[in-house]
Amino acid sequence: MKSNQGGMTLIVKTVTRLTVGLILIYGIYIVLQGHLSPGGGFAGGVIIALSFIHLLLAFGKDTVLKRLNEARGLLLASIGAIIFLILATLGFMGKYYIFKPAREFELFGAGIMPLCDIAISLMVGMGLFVIFLALVLLIAEKKKR
Amino acid sequence: MELHLILIFMICTAIVAVEIKDLISSVIALSAVGLGLSLAFLILKAPNLAITQLVVEILCVIILIRATIDKDLPLVKDGRWLFNTISTFLFVSAFLFIVYFALRELPVFGQPLMRVSSEYIAVGSRETGASNIVSAITLNFRSYDALAEAVVLFTAIIGVLAVTRKIGKINEK
Repeated sequence: MKSNQGGMTLIVKTVTRLTVGLILIYGIYIVLQGHLSPGGGFAGGVIIALSFIHLLLAFGKDTVLKRLNEARGLLLASIGAIIFLILATLGFMGKYYIFKPAREFELFGAGIMPLCDIAISLMVGMGLFVIFLALVLLIAEKKKR
Repeated sequence: MELHLILIFMICTAIVAVEIKDLISSVIALSAVGLGLSLAFLILKAPNLAITQLVVEILCVIILIRATIDKDLPLVKDGRWLFNTISTFLFVSAFLFIVYFALRELPVFGQPLMRVSSEYIAVGSRETGASNIVSAITLNFRSYDALAEAVVLFTAIIGVLAVTRKIGKINEK
């Protein structure tokens, strides 16, 4: 076993390694099926953020910061917000853009709604994860002093 | 009937969350309130809200525990509890008295007025192509409402980041 670099015990780390991918995939599923079944951008985004938080709690903050640091998370959140804003302003251009195509019970058949879901999930998920990261870093900073 | 049981449970845990002295126990009692709310949404047949409530509750509890885990609670104990209790009771009773007359004018619980919403239910699924009618309303008929919510949330995120920025950038000079 390697040196115990932060985080919890070996049992927690092993279980996390098995479950965290499933949680992430479930979050993506909830986002993409938002217009067909209960769920949607908000809940799915929070589940995606929870998978990252799960990783952070089990493995300590250094492992996560290597993959997704604060600036990059905030960038993703901003991209999500801008996508949603662009979609909304496009509604002003065409007269009935928002009420456009309709093919029921298809994954990409509800006009702009899947795109809106993806944008909201990016913004909510990454935003909440960045808040959690900021709190963690704040406490770490306080302990260092 | 189940709904009333859950509501009583939620009220009890909310009182515990307010009154208990330990901060982490208070957070956990608050999460019990959220769980009860999620169950209430399920009983009222709103699975969309139930999922969101449950997930957000978990995240909020983790974030709150992380934020409060090593914070001392300055206990405020002043000797004016009699005055505080009496004023609270007065305000609550006045509030309930006014609310009673206001609530009598509202439509009965479970039988809402269906002026605009009947139109949504009639054409929503066909016009938008979304079989989840809640998504069809929030992201299609009322898309700008969702946009404003997103703006509020994004502003809140920026605000939190501005407050919890690394301490002492100016002092280091």
